[in-house]
Amino acid sequence: MLTLTHENKTSEQTMVPAIDVLLRGNQKLRAVKPKKVSSFTEQTSWMLAVRDKQDRSAFAALFDFYGPRLKGMLIRQNCRPGQADEIVQDVMLTIWRKAKLFDPERAQVSAWIYQIARNRHIDVIRKESRPMPEELAHQPDSEPDASQVLGMEQEAKHLKEALTRLKPAQREMIEAAYLGELSHRELSEKTGLPLGTIKSRIRLGLDKLRHELKGMRAS
Amino acid sequence: MSTINHHIPKSIIAAYAAGNLSRPFSLVVAAHISLCDTCRAELSAHETVGGALLDQTNAAPINDTVKRNILAALDNNMETAVTFSPNKRSGVFPGPIVEALKQRPPKWRSVGRGVKQCIIESSEVGSVRLLHIPAGQAVPDHSHNGLELTLVLQGSFSDSEGRFGVGDVEVGDEALDHTPIANDGPPCICLSATDAPLRFNSFIPRLLQPLFRI
Repeated sequence: MLTLTHENKTSEQTMVPAIDVLLRGNQKLRAVKPKKVSSFTEQTSWMLAVRDKQDRSAFAALFDFYGPRLKGMLIRQNCRPGQADEIVQDVMLTIWRKAKLFDPERAQVSAWIYQIARNRHIDVIRKESRPMPEELAHQPDSEPDASQVLGMEQEAKHLKEALTRLKPAQREMIEAAYLGELSHRELSEKTGLPLGTIKSRIRLGLDKLRHELKGMRAS
Repeated sequence: MSTINHHIPKSIIAAYAAGNLSRPFSLVVAAHISLCDTCRAELSAHETVGGALLDQTNAAPINDTVKRNILAALDNNMETAVTFSPNKRSGVFPGPIVEALKQRPPKWRSVGRGVKQCIIESSEVGSVRLLHIPAGQAVPDHSHNGLELTLVLQGSFSDSEGRFGVGDVEVGDEALDHTPIANDGPPCICLSATDAPLRFNSFIPRLLQPLFRI
């Protein structure tokens, strides 16, 4: 059984089954400061500080990291610099407003921001909103399951390594598909993407995640 | 809820994740993912790839005033930071459909033989509608000019491709010339999106086609 370590004010440690925390949002634990898990990535730690404490300096750090990258992605998509700045601003404010929906057990900060940025860009260029799936109910006030978060980060790290090992032509194809200009591309196998080994890697991690989600929703 | 056996093809989920899918198909994808953890995980996988590429992408310098504006704007956004309601489902309709219907119940219009439809939207990139088919009735015989995605929301239908129950998606293309028939039980309600007008095989429905925008 997965367990979480929590620390209360007297530094007394209790082991609580993670699933109980997730399901009940244990009141006592909620008041307790989360045990600092220094092994989360900087990005995850910043995002959690924004989500849980509305921490402005963490938000500024997120901006310093993602702002220029978002702008780079938008310019790649043939966005004018002025319009790109506006979209970056909208995306950053959406991150702040919707922070409660961020769940590090299910998504990397970068993936969550990527999806917000794609949505905003579609809104702007097509003057229409992209239909979005229902949000899964989760309890943002409960402590994240550290092992699950670390597992996701591990998968993402493997994925990044695999991406850097791609041949230049493959890399270009993937970048064109995910970062390229928004278009109603013809649907065929070519949008199936040459993911190969990468796909099986993320599949493994996400398969596990899916089963845990199912377990949570069934109970 | 019944088990989902027919999923959205992976290439279509990839196109959705990257924002390269038209609104009619995106609505079917979003509605299906609201019901299907398998495809939700598939979508997360693609978003993870997008995020990893975003992390590694070349940064473009941003003027300091942009940062100052954003940080100054946080004050106006403090309240919304506390409350945010995600889209909710209503009856058999998943959240994205409720939103596309603007929170109102569908307005059904008869298209004959007991079959009703409610067009959610129709444009040059395609159309998406709800269909209401009584048990035992066939969806008017048709084949496709392009791609068609049909998601079952209530009841079920069967055709040459198999049985499709709640949450299942049938993918139609030009090769598929089929006659879906609603199975016994409650009327079959589905969400159907196409990137081209459907063409009907029999003469009369073909005449009616422009009228009903089927």
